[in-house]
Amino acid sequence: MNSPSIRVESVSKSYGKLKAVNNISLTVEKGELYGLIGPDGAGKTTLFRMLTSLLIPDSGKGEVEGLDIVKDYKNLRKILGYMPGRFSLYHDLTVEENLQFFATIFGTTIKDNYDLIRDIYVQIEPFKNRRAGKLSGGMKQKLALSCALIHKPVVLFLDEPTTGVDAVSRKEFWEMLKSLQKKGITIMVSTPYMDEAALCDHVALIQKGKILSIDTPDKIKSQYRFLLTRIRTDNMYRLPNDLSLFPGSESAYRFGDSVHLASKEKIDEGNLTSYLEKSGHHRIEMEKIEPDIEDCFMAFLRNET
Amino acid sequence: MDKQPIIIVENLVKKFGSFVANDNLTFEVERGEIFGFLGANGAGKTTAIKILCGLSSPTSGIVKVAGFDVYRETNKIKQNIGYMSQKFSLYENLTVMENIRFYAGIYGLTKKIIDERMEELLTDLNIRELKDTLIASLPLGWKQKLAFSIAIFHKPKIVFLDEPTGGVDPIARRQFWDMIYDAAHAGITVFVTTHYMDEAEYCDRVSIMVDGRIEALDTPAALKKKFDAINMDAVFLKLARKNVGSL
Repeated sequence: MNSPSIRVESVSKSYGKLKAVNNISLTVEKGELYGLIGPDGAGKTTLFRMLTSLLIPDSGKGEVEGLDIVKDYKNLRKILGYMPGRFSLYHDLTVEENLQFFATIFGTTIKDNYDLIRDIYVQIEPFKNRRAGKLSGGMKQKLALSCALIHKPVVLFLDEPTTGVDAVSRKEFWEMLKSLQKKGITIMVSTPYMDEAALCDHVALIQKGKILSIDTPDKIKSQYRFLLTRIRTDNMYRLPNDLSLFPGSESAYRFGDSVHLASKEKIDEGNLTSYLEKSGHHRIEMEKIEPDIEDCFMAFLRNET
Repeated sequence: MDKQPIIIVENLVKKFGSFVANDNLTFEVERGEIFGFLGANGAGKTTAIKILCGLSSPTSGIVKVAGFDVYRETNKIKQNIGYMSQKFSLYENLTVMENIRFYAGIYGLTKKIIDERMEELLTDLNIRELKDTLIASLPLGWKQKLAFSIAIFHKPKIVFLDEPTGGVDPIARRQFWDMIYDAAHAGITVFVTTHYMDEAEYCDRVSIMVDGRIEALDTPAALKKKFDAINMDAVFLKLARKNVGSL
């Protein structure tokens, strides 16, 4: 049995009275693409900062590639790559200058590990003389990722790399991550986007400093304990509220062009249709569906309150 | 006069030197509409929004917001709109009440009106006990909802929302959209940009900008049909993907 790449044991961190990370334990296997999924304020950044030796935990232990996150921080920093939440590069250096800078401080050159970043870097290479501050969001991401990879890290930590970035760039970014994973790098990514969870090998759902669940995306979905019905009518404005008042309704939330109604018991479609018609809805469509990660996350959230 | 669209844009061009950020935009937004203004990063959305908010002038073209001309009447525009973005909303080191008083004061509301509406707001958001709490202490989801309420406190004709739900938890996100729906129902036009494609489905109509031009503008249902897509994410990918890498 191989030892894990990342091991976190009962780690906690508080800022004054606020417990930002509350007794978190998790394990990431070598070569995994591991997602830390949760909204802002959940504790993702604080956890990452501890794992990358930028913050010391109040309690608990952590190891990355066998190195203690507190005692072995010097060696740890040589083998990990980190892309923090906000754009962290030098706005007034060009694309190429930024890459050169990071290569130099890690004691390597762009040429040495160019193979690793080539697929990413070629997309921004035409702009290599442009100042980093003038790049679009998607381009900044690619540059930041290149800089985090330039010293051939064994483990990569990416803190919300796709926040504030458009759907196309997000998709492309995850395609790049999948290719990097094939090269053997362990990747831990945090994101508030629930749909990105589906792309990970394992997922830890986190909210208010605590882990809600850890498993593969498929297992999380199969453990969802409600029945889900997808409903559309001609009055989407009032539909969630009307559905939440239907007897047997656990929750009714908008999901794009429909509403997901969660219930403990099977919903009688005839009853629901007449109820909706009486409330003034027409062109009623409904179908039973399987949950996606967002449905699961929201069920955990409701449980917490 | 009342039937006139609340935003009228005709052949809007905005250049920065030789770079054309907005390339001949033409569109209208109806009163009470929830209008989704989408586009890839760098497509020119922020440039256009700044012009609509009276913060920047076009290079050429006609732009009227709430009946006011964007070249000559920017102050009237500012008085009649609300604005909220993810990056800047409320003052972290002021309390809930202080923020309300501050913004309401800027829009010239009388003390009587401020007090009345403040009561409504505190009750509607169920944050009465938080009124003397610093914004910095509130969770993000609460901040966003409060920021939106304050953005429409002066009952503007239009409210501009720039990625208002970024990073917010999925339940708070939906509660936020319930508030947007209520505002639109009450007659406030909502002009919103977002990177969440499921939110694009909540809009009455959606426009998608690519490389400075509007490549599509219609209801979500019509766009999905036209591009043979199962959801707005697929529509967006079809339109925006071919042009990635141009910036």
